[in-house]
Amino acid sequence: MRSVGAGEGRRAHRCEGAFARGVPILAFLAFAGCVRGPQSTFAGAGTEASSVEGLFWWMLWGGVAIWIVVLGVGVYASRPRPAAHDEIVGKRMILWGGVVFPTVTLAILLGFGLALMPPFRGPAEGQAIAVSGERFWWRVAYDVEPGQTGVARGLPPGGIESANEIVLPLGVRTEILLGSPDVIHSFWVPAIAGKVDAIPGRVNRIVLEPTKTGVFNGVCAEFCGDAHAQMAFRVVVVTPEEYAAEVARQASPAVLTGTRGEELFLANGCGACHSVRGTEAQGRVGPDLTHVGSRRTIAAGILDNTPENIAQFVRATGHVKQGVEMPAYPMLDDDELTAIADWLGALQ
Amino acid sequence: MHLLPSGKTRDNLWTLITPPTVWAWHFLLSYITAAYACAPNDAIFEAIPGPRLLVAVLTVVALAIIAWCGVRAWREWQSEYVAPPFNEASPAHRERFLEFSTLLLAGLSFVGVVFVAMPALFVVDCR
Ligand code: HEC
Ligand SMILES: [Cu+2]
Repeated sequence: MRSVGAGEGRRAHRCEGAFARGVPILAFLAFAGCVRGPQSTFAGAGTEASSVEGLFWWMLWGGVAIWIVVLGVGVYASRPRPAAHDEIVGKRMILWGGVVFPTVTLAILLGFGLALMPPFRGPAEGQAIAVSGERFWWRVAYDVEPGQTGVARGLPPGGIESANEIVLPLGVRTEILLGSPDVIHSFWVPAIAGKVDAIPGRVNRIVLEPTKTGVFNGVCAEFCGDAHAQMAFRVVVVTPEEYAAEVARQASPAVLTGTRGEELFLANGCGACHSVRGTEAQGRVGPDLTHVGSRRTIAAGILDNTPENIAQFVRATGHVKQGVEMPAYPMLDDDELTAIADWLGALQ
Repeated sequence: MHLLPSGKTRDNLWTLITPPTVWAWHFLLSYITAAYACAPNDAIFEAIPGPRLLVAVLTVVALAIIAWCGVRAWREWQSEYVAPPFNEASPAHRERFLEFSTLLLAGLSFVGVVFVAMPALFVVDCR
């Protein structure tokens, strides 16, 4: 009881200040920020996201209209005309407003949604990109054969390996083949399209058709373990020409070899889990690091890609990202860590 | 089904839940039909007219049974009309209550079956 009173007192006090007037503005700005952010369905950066957004606004304003009508009827029935109402009128209202209207509205919405779905799931253009959700990062392979979906299947082998960042060509319907070696994950780039699960033992597909260049966020949308919330990635939308150049660049071997950093990398066994094409490191457990220096983030979208962050991550993996499936290397001294991190950071 | 001397149905819980039960069976059979036609889901752009036709037939049958239940309940309720709520502890009120509830459930199940069938109308393949 007392705390309620105290809360009200505080609220009353706050409402007197200029601060109170600022709150709605701040809230609006925060909302506007979300609306435009790189992880927002409202970013309008893909055909599917745009139509989901259109549906959202229709349903929002439709909901507002219904809400106003219902409240209006409630007010009418209790204030201007509180006396008993005609029973026949009441029954008609139940029949039309409570049965016919919702049924027809829901049928229209369902039909509208069903008509939208097949084209979005239609055939794609060009080569596909295989994306494997793995606890707690994303394995990416460009240039795999499209259309290899189904149950009791694995992702097509081969392709040009990368991780945690997906480059997409603008205006092209690109097929993403989704799989997983461990548990169910879900692949979601809110700014571009809806989400589809990555399920062990089967290959699903989603077609992304970006309509804006830029960098967008992707997330894992199905709880998959400790670091699920830190299992993100970036999507970089570029022109089709830039896309071809980017895939060719990803296909090339590491640009810098023979450094002390590489030596330490190999000597400390990092190559058992990581590949750096063009060196002896051929591991397949963790992300391909051949061009790790050119990615925007490390550790699956959670840290900016700087040599300091790479060193910090390798020194204390579980501290930076709880539950991560890479051992920490606290035994490496600063000098060694810097050498490794500088080398990895230089792998453009 | 038990008949009363008047030739009307003696309503019970089974006549009451027939429409939603038909809805449930329609859902199950439609689902199995689509799942069977689309497993293992590799030729996703191949049209599946057969299974869609089967869903259409299932839908017509389900709607017919539900409509029949609804019409029967409506007729019997109207012929010895009592307005809701059916509060008396009498056989007549019991009957009217069950008939009226059956009618409402039949309406709901009818809409449910239509909504369950709609994807088969709009989606022509396994994509
Ligand atoms: C037991 C296998 C294993 C070993 C050994 C290992 N790593 Fe990793 N590494 C991983 C896994 C798995 C990830 C993905 C972690 C995540 O983000 O969830 C990873 C991620 C990374 C990343 C971030 C990559 C990115 O794009 O996000 C870097 C950098 C890295 N490791 C460097 C190293 C270095 C340097 C060593 C050696 C000192 C090393 N790793 C040893 C398994 C390993
Ligand atoms: Cu996940």
